[in-house]
Amino acid sequence: MDLAFTPEEQKFADEVRAFVRANLPADVRDKVKNGKHLIRDDYMRWQQALGKKGWLVYTWPKKHGGPGFTPAQRYIFENICAEEYAPGIIPFGTKMVGPVIYTFGTEAQKEKYLPAIRESTVWWCQGYSEPGSGSDLASLRTKAEKDGDHYIVNGSKTWNTMGHWADWIFCLVRTDSKSKPQEGISFLLIDMKTPGITVKPIIMADGGHEVNEVFFDNVKVPVENLVGKENEGWTCAKFLLANERLGIAAVPQSKRGVEALKDIARVEQDNGRPLIENQSFAEKIADLEIQVTALEFTELRVLSQMAQGGQPGAEVSGLKIRGSEIQQRITELTMEAVGEYSAPYLPGLLWQGTNEEPVGPDYAHLAAPRYFNTRKTTIYGGSNEIQKGIISKMVLGL
Amino acid sequence: MDLSLSDEQKQLQESAERFAREKYTFDNRRKIVATERGWLPENWAQFAELGWLGMAFSEEDGGYGGGPIETMIVMEQFGKGLVLEPFLPTVVLGGGMIARAGSADQKAALLAPMIEGKKQFAFAWLERQSRYNLADVSLKATKEGNGWSLSGHKGVVYNAASADEIIVLARTAGSAREPKGLTLFVVDAKAKGLSRRDYPTQDALRASELTFDKVSVGADAVLGKVDDAFPTVEEAVDRAIVALCAEATGCMDAINAATLEYIKTRKQFGVAIGKFQVLQHRMVDCFTNAQEARSMTLMASLKIDDKDPTVRAKAASGAKVQIGKSGKFCGQSAVQMHGGMGVTDEMAVSHYFKRLTMIDLMFGNQQHHLTRYSNLAMAA
Amino acid sequence: MDLSLKPEHKAFADEVRAFARENLSPATREKTFSGKHYDRGDHIVWQKALGKKGWLAYTWPKKYGGPGWDVTQRFLFENVLAEEGAPRILPFGPKMVGPVIYTFGTEEQKERFLPGIRSSEVSWCQGYSEPGAGSDLANLRTRAVREGDHYIVNGQKTWTSFAHWGDWIFCLVRTNTEVKPQEGISFLLIDMKTPGVTVRPIIMTDGAHHVNDVFLDNVKVPVENLIGKENEGWTCAKFLLANERLGIAEVPSSKRGVSMLRQIARIEPLDGGTLADDPAFTAQIADIDLQVQALEMSELRVLSTMAQGGAPGPEVSTLKVRGSEIQQRIAELTMEAVGEYAQPYQPGMLFHDTNETPIGPDHAPPAAPRYFNMRKTSIYGGSTEIQKNIVSKMVLGL
Ligand SMILES: Cc1cc2nc3c(=O)[nH]c(=O)nc-3n(C[C@H](O)[C@H](O)[C@H](O)COP(=O)(O)OP(=O)(O)OC[C@H]3O[C@@H](n4cnc5c(N)ncnc54)[C@H](O)[C@@H]3O)c2cc1C
Ligand SMILES: Cc1cc2nc3c(=O)[nH]c(=O)nc-3n(C[C@H](O)[C@H](O)[C@H](O)COP(=O)(O)OP(=O)(O)OC[C@H]3O[C@@H](n4cnc5c(N)ncnc54)[C@H](O)[C@@H]3O)c2cc1C
Ligand SMILES: Cc1cc2nc3c(=O)[nH]c(=O)nc-3n(C[C@H](O)[C@H](O)[C@H](O)COP(=O)(O)OP(=O)(O)OC[C@H]3O[C@@H](n4cnc5c(N)ncnc54)[C@H](O)[C@@H]3O)c2cc1C
Repeated sequence: MDLAFTPEEQKFADEVRAFVRANLPADVRDKVKNGKHLIRDDYMRWQQALGKKGWLVYTWPKKHGGPGFTPAQRYIFENICAEEYAPGIIPFGTKMVGPVIYTFGTEAQKEKYLPAIRESTVWWCQGYSEPGSGSDLASLRTKAEKDGDHYIVNGSKTWNTMGHWADWIFCLVRTDSKSKPQEGISFLLIDMKTPGITVKPIIMADGGHEVNEVFFDNVKVPVENLVGKENEGWTCAKFLLANERLGIAAVPQSKRGVEALKDIARVEQDNGRPLIENQSFAEKIADLEIQVTALEFTELRVLSQMAQGGQPGAEVSGLKIRGSEIQQRITELTMEAVGEYSAPYLPGLLWQGTNEEPVGPDYAHLAAPRYFNTRKTTIYGGSNEIQKGIISKMVLGL
Repeated sequence: MDLSLSDEQKQLQESAERFAREKYTFDNRRKIVATERGWLPENWAQFAELGWLGMAFSEEDGGYGGGPIETMIVMEQFGKGLVLEPFLPTVVLGGGMIARAGSADQKAALLAPMIEGKKQFAFAWLERQSRYNLADVSLKATKEGNGWSLSGHKGVVYNAASADEIIVLARTAGSAREPKGLTLFVVDAKAKGLSRRDYPTQDALRASELTFDKVSVGADAVLGKVDDAFPTVEEAVDRAIVALCAEATGCMDAINAATLEYIKTRKQFGVAIGKFQVLQHRMVDCFTNAQEARSMTLMASLKIDDKDPTVRAKAASGAKVQIGKSGKFCGQSAVQMHGGMGVTDEMAVSHYFKRLTMIDLMFGNQQHHLTRYSNLAMAA
Repeated sequence: MDLSLKPEHKAFADEVRAFARENLSPATREKTFSGKHYDRGDHIVWQKALGKKGWLAYTWPKKYGGPGWDVTQRFLFENVLAEEGAPRILPFGPKMVGPVIYTFGTEEQKERFLPGIRSSEVSWCQGYSEPGAGSDLANLRTRAVREGDHYIVNGQKTWTSFAHWGDWIFCLVRTNTEVKPQEGISFLLIDMKTPGVTVRPIIMTDGAHHVNDVFLDNVKVPVENLIGKENEGWTCAKFLLANERLGIAEVPSSKRGVSMLRQIARIEPLDGGTLADDPAFTAQIADIDLQVQALEMSELRVLSTMAQGGAPGPEVSTLKVRGSEIQQRIAELTMEAVGEYAQPYQPGMLFHDTNETPIGPDHAPPAAPRYFNMRKTSIYGGSTEIQKNIVSKMVLGL
């Protein structure tokens, strides 16, 4: 056992850092550093740079065009990107639909879709949830009826993250309503420009627009856009969920978040001294830092098992739960650190990048909206209650 | 970076696991608790034979060249079995301090026989007023000819009744709570002027109050440098903390497994109580807590050899915070999910619960180490 | 609304205090403030004194020999006694079986049993739980078969608190196995001296003997010991549980616990001063203090509804839930205040009046055992989970 990096790993780390410093656009870096919202183009510029280097799909095996990183390299890559204030990679293409396609897709599908995912020239979004199907995903109703060499899709999806920026959507649709709910679902790729698709924004508690409703009204989808067999889409969905769970804990981002929190606490004043010198507040940060360390080492233990050829076990499912709780706690403490100056609400500054003067310090107006927004992390991607349900059933056998 | 166990480490894990499973069944443990010593010499002899007493020491010190990972592996299994043999005071604390601070003569006289299973130690640092401050020492050692004379009181000294030598932290200079001016002495447990009040602890270990009334020792009893013991003690205690964390991890695994089994079999309202979602989610939280405890223990075991004392201390305190938190959660939850059975002496859970509770109180509880971690992080 | 006391209430409080000072044995009082276990004598001597004064059955209406106090008097009585270090009144007679008898019993039964309860001449214990019937009480199996003018009772009760001190036990027994579980249960009073009754101790985590198994082997019980109608015992049981829930929150003793905790913090040494100088610790005491106050106000609100003639609803269940959590937390903080000196185990000092001296400070020996022991409070009298189920069903309609 050894925590230290080997010389090769060290060299790799240097390479990643040099790459990020040379290729991450300065304005994007600044936005990430200052907690500002990014626009589509910000993500695209960074992801395309990564794509060129062959690192965007860093979790993919070599044979599908991934870099074939070892677990240690993966860890290094994720951490350095976060340390250097790179934006998080949007998972819908790279971590979700990509692996589904290379696992269940035909050769033709692989050729058609994978390169654009690797290079980030196409933006994907995820069409799983529906108004009546959240945690109980298998109850979904969006219908796809075969009509010659097309499916005709009718229904609505909801909570589509960044659907308004997307070129394509991968959907779970019902192709058979007679069998068990899980057995009548198919996995369909749909071009967002197809006639009959309408995207309607949902405004979040912080005033932001990141999710949407997507309506399908007699949308014609070629049958070759079906991934896997008809009525076997649940298998793809489950595979995707399992694939997604690792890394969902966002440890590198949380490490960065703790540092940002400390920076704020160094500036904020408390009885004439920096807030960070307030024993009780400092202890709250310390407690958070310990939680992040525990999560990081849990992730490292899993990676190490995988490096030995083991399957990720009990630990993984817990990662999402703890990871999301920690993300929430960071935003909560940040808001506490800002104190009364979290109250002013400045949507212009938040959303439109106006030249409005902030009311308090620069970071203050972001604190409360972030706190409100981050409540989502325990809900999406399978709520924490559902995750616990899964662990209880699959791991504990209850 | 590599977090996997070597083949030898896996073997060690297996043999420690077997020992705990075979020698520490619930009934066996009861019998051991009831013996006069509270632990079994034959088990100690087996530790020596298996090399466990020397595994963490360097080869030049007569050990087998392992380190904190080996200690972690064994302590974790000890936690699973609630093993009573005084490994922590003798090997981790006593042996550890002698290896770090002892002269060649002291190592030959103390460490070598310890590794052979022929000597045991106790570490006397705490006093009534000390709480968790290692420097809050008032037991005085004054010069007496070539040697020293020790007078004062030490409390909750684990294994004092079985130890051959007591390693005593005494004030030789400086004022109350000053880290400078502390000295370690190796004192014969049967020394004249040293009296003991022995008692069991909540979790069925043995400890004593020690009174030193002009106990005379020679100059060669000083372990390390006069007035400069604090760094040695702090490091030894950090190591002991990490070992305790490993023990706690084992306790948590065992208490969780027992609870899981119980809620799968105990029926109420016509179903296993594990069918109720509140209990399912609480059980999941128990497992998550144990995972985090395991992760922090591993982290601390890997960092405790760091050259930088701040890294080392932060690692130990961070792990202790986690263990306090997780141990409390798993312990309290296990009792609750066992219903009335959880508060009886008849069930293993209550014994794990007590041990986990006492581990939190040893060498500083969760709050103490949170403060310490916070201050270290701030200073760094 | 008025939180201040009227002069007559002040006078009443003084009277209670004077009575306690005169009648509570100093040895018993000392046990309270040092956290030691009481023996049977401590309880009985004190309860007999209260009985003589007519105060033991203080919740009873006048017509059954209670003092007929208003809610303020009840509140004052409980608080003053707690402050004075009186042991808790054992509830089995005055708070449990007594009210059942005066509500459901015959005149003959009232005459026969109530006086012994009021005067504490007779000690009662509660025979509800069985090995297979804990939370699922209706699952109980102890059989009572009618044979002429007797019932023959066979079965096992468990967790019976103070059965080893009890003269009588009130039992739920099964008299009909053909019907729904709740409908075949009867409420039976059994003299513990009847042949066939065996009591076996259960030792608790802290080494204490409070609870027992009670074995009933062909025990002959006269039919006139049946309360209410045969097979209608569940009604008595439910009535009793509702009656019992109020006051189970133990607010007065928690208030005493908080002030004892502060006292201990003022004594416990810390870096040359005392633990009371440590803001992290005193903040924890403040937090529990506030919880106690919130609970007290909730209880007062319920009492005030009752004074207006309203009945306490199932929401009193939350009083029990919070009350037990608070008791546990006080015990936990007390143990933490003691620190390393909580480790020595001195059963002699806890259970017997030995002349042993404490190893640490006087308050140290009971600290950890009490913490272990108090875990029971969220289990007995309907576990926290069961109470929450009740609130969820009866109050929230879930
Ligand atoms: C910001 C955001 C982005 C999202 N992005 C996407 C996206 O891009 N694509 C997509 O398809 N979906 C997306 N989602 C949807 C997300 O996956 C769902 O919100 C989630 O699955 C929960 O479903 P729901 O909102 O309908 O809540 P419900 O399912 O109605 O749940 C409500 C509450 O009940 C609890 N609950 C439900 N079932 C159980 C149970 N069996 N046991 C215990 N508790 C239970 C839940 O945990 C939750 O607390 C997003 C959601 C958010 C908030
Ligand atoms: C966007 C998104 C992301 C998700 N992420 C993941 C993920 O990372 N990993 C993953 O495995 N799953 C994830 N899920 C959940 C997943 O979709 C399924 O809900 C889950 O795998 C269970 O599949 P099922 O419907 O076949 O299970 P079922 O066993 O049919 O149950 C469906 C849900 O209802 C609950 N349930 C069933 N019966 C009862 C009952 N009688 N009482 C109370 N509750 C009951 C179950 O616990 C389960 O949560 C996610 C869901 C969404 C919407
Ligand atoms: C110190 C002590 C004194 C006692 N004194 C007496 C006495 O004098 N007389 C007497 O008759 N009894 C007494 N009891 C018994 C007490 O009432 C029972 O212990 C209690 O009802 C719980 O039953 P159980 O112990 O069988 O636990 P179980 O019912 O087996 O419960 C085990 C766990 O499952 C949970 N659980 C059970 N059902 C559900 C559900 N539907 N939903 C969610 N969670 C659930 C419980 O909350 C608990 O956490 C005493 C108990 C103790 C510990």
